[in-house]
Amino acid sequence: MLKDITLGQFFPGDTIVHRLDPRTKILMVIIYIVALFQAKWFVTYGILLVFLAIAVRFSKVGAKALMRGMKPVLFILIFTGVLNLFYNTAGTILWHWGIFTVTTGGIRVAFFMVIRIMMLISGTFLLTYTTSPILLTDGIECLLGPLKKLRVPVHELAMMMSIALRFIPTLIEETDKIMSAQKARGADFDSGNLIDKAKALIPLLVPLFVSAFRRADELATAMECRCYHGGEGRTRLRQLVYTGKDWITLISGLALLAVVCVLAYGFGL
Amino acid sequence: MSKEIIEIKDVTFRYPDVEKETPLVLNGVTLAIDQGSFVAVLGHNGSGKSTLAKHMNAIYLPEGGTVYVDGISTAEEERLLDIRRTVGMVFQNPDNQIVANVVEEDVAFAPENLGVPSEEIRERVDRTLELVGMSKYAKHAPHLLSGGQKQRIAIAGVIAMEPRCIVLDEPTAMLDPIGREDVLRTITKLNREQGITVVLITHHMDEAALADRLVVMDHGKVIQDGPPREVFQHVEELTRRGLTVPETVGLLHQLRENGVNVPLDALSVEECAEAIYAALR
Ligand SMILES: Nc1ncnc2c1ncn2[C@@H]1O[C@H](COP(=O)(O)OP(=O)(O)OP(=O)(O)O)[C@@H](O)[C@H]1O
Ligand SMILES: [Mg+2]
Repeated sequence: MLKDITLGQFFPGDTIVHRLDPRTKILMVIIYIVALFQAKWFVTYGILLVFLAIAVRFSKVGAKALMRGMKPVLFILIFTGVLNLFYNTAGTILWHWGIFTVTTGGIRVAFFMVIRIMMLISGTFLLTYTTSPILLTDGIECLLGPLKKLRVPVHELAMMMSIALRFIPTLIEETDKIMSAQKARGADFDSGNLIDKAKALIPLLVPLFVSAFRRADELATAMECRCYHGGEGRTRLRQLVYTGKDWITLISGLALLAVVCVLAYGFGL
Repeated sequence: MSKEIIEIKDVTFRYPDVEKETPLVLNGVTLAIDQGSFVAVLGHNGSGKSTLAKHMNAIYLPEGGTVYVDGISTAEEERLLDIRRTVGMVFQNPDNQIVANVVEEDVAFAPENLGVPSEEIRERVDRTLELVGMSKYAKHAPHLLSGGQKQRIAIAGVIAMEPRCIVLDEPTAMLDPIGREDVLRTITKLNREQGITVVLITHHMDEAALADRLVVMDHGKVIQDGPPREVFQHVEELTRRGLTVPETVGLLHQLRENGVNVPLDALSVEECAEAIYAALR
């Protein structure tokens, strides 16, 4: 049952989007998000939507998978939509009942806000769908590299992240095992009120933590045995290489941002 | 290059505890391990095998005495990396030794740490995976492999460091018979074909019988040391220390106690049958 949880979901593939350097993709998502927050009216949103559609098309991820990603945030979407609808009272009044007022301005803001969140989520999901977790960590480590000069432990953070990713399936399996073991001893995880349920988790969490600490200790020894001594002088099996297509993608991303900014601020589109 | 890859001289060790005096876990161990040999270490639970193993690549430093790895004392802190890359270590639980979430990434971990150039890491990874028979799984996620496969990946991860010696602490304890077989075959191959020195800590007598030298530990001391054939002849002493002997030797011993004149140094089933046949004729 816990096996269904997928974190950092990744759809392996060999499309041009998959093959882009992770750094390019991370930067593109940042540029895209910045552009999204500059967009004002149908024209600018439309341009960004077309851009997203092209990327999705090339990645062969499929709109369905993207929409599935929207499910967990459906509540937030509706909540934001409704809130904005009633909160904004500019424009002509269309409907009025007690404290609730719907105006043309409210509809406009709510509509664009929901679209914006949906596009934002699709964009970031496209990144995790097409980039393996290791590449993503590598990319982040590399992009944050300059911070090393400010004594930010970039390598250590990236290492922690990749070890966490490595141990998620192991710990999920272990949780499953402990759950079964405790159920066999008569533990009940499903009934009772919220407090009962929280209490029932104690016999699950305690052994899980104990075992996680033991694992961490053993892993640290094993890493030391394999000559791990921090990021200093470390080489990599897979070097990230920036190619022509990465530069082209990045430049087109920046051009997109420029166009959106000009249209939004210059013409209010 | 010295002939002895590991030299343990009169080593004592205890686990420190702030509150009370702890007993000596290693109580004067002296042991020299020859380059290229295959040594098995036996001993019942708590006899200090794992502790001794961890002295062989400077995870622990001895309280008294010295450990030399390829002539370097493990107390020399500046040489730590040289020591660790000479003697690799494999532990019981493969899950807790695998660092990366792709097999080849994990095998590459040690050479990456040593600053080996990318192209050479690639070569080493391919060669090592081939050696442990896991090339097919280079791109797999380790958590989806079987126990035996995981343990072979863990071994590959150490071999990629190109150590001259590997110490394995009960590497088959968590495996099913097939996984155990695979791992043992890999270990034997590394020793015979690659000339890598092997120190194998085990509870299985049949695994110990594979070695060309057997060291038996009890209460932090080495109590027996010699070729398996010789060591197993001390059936009574071993049983008294809470150890068993291979079934073949056990059978011969019982026959002998009951007055059948058989030799005790037959390890394989064939040899054992031969010996009984000869005695009964
Ligand atoms: N981290 C530790 N802290 C304190 N005492 C320890 C620690 N590890 C082991 N010991 C103690 O040291 C003694 C020897 O332990 P060791 O693990 O070396 O035995 P072993 O021969 O490997 O046993 P096993 O066959 O169970 O693996 C035991 O009495 C044990 O309780
Ligand atoms: Mg042990």
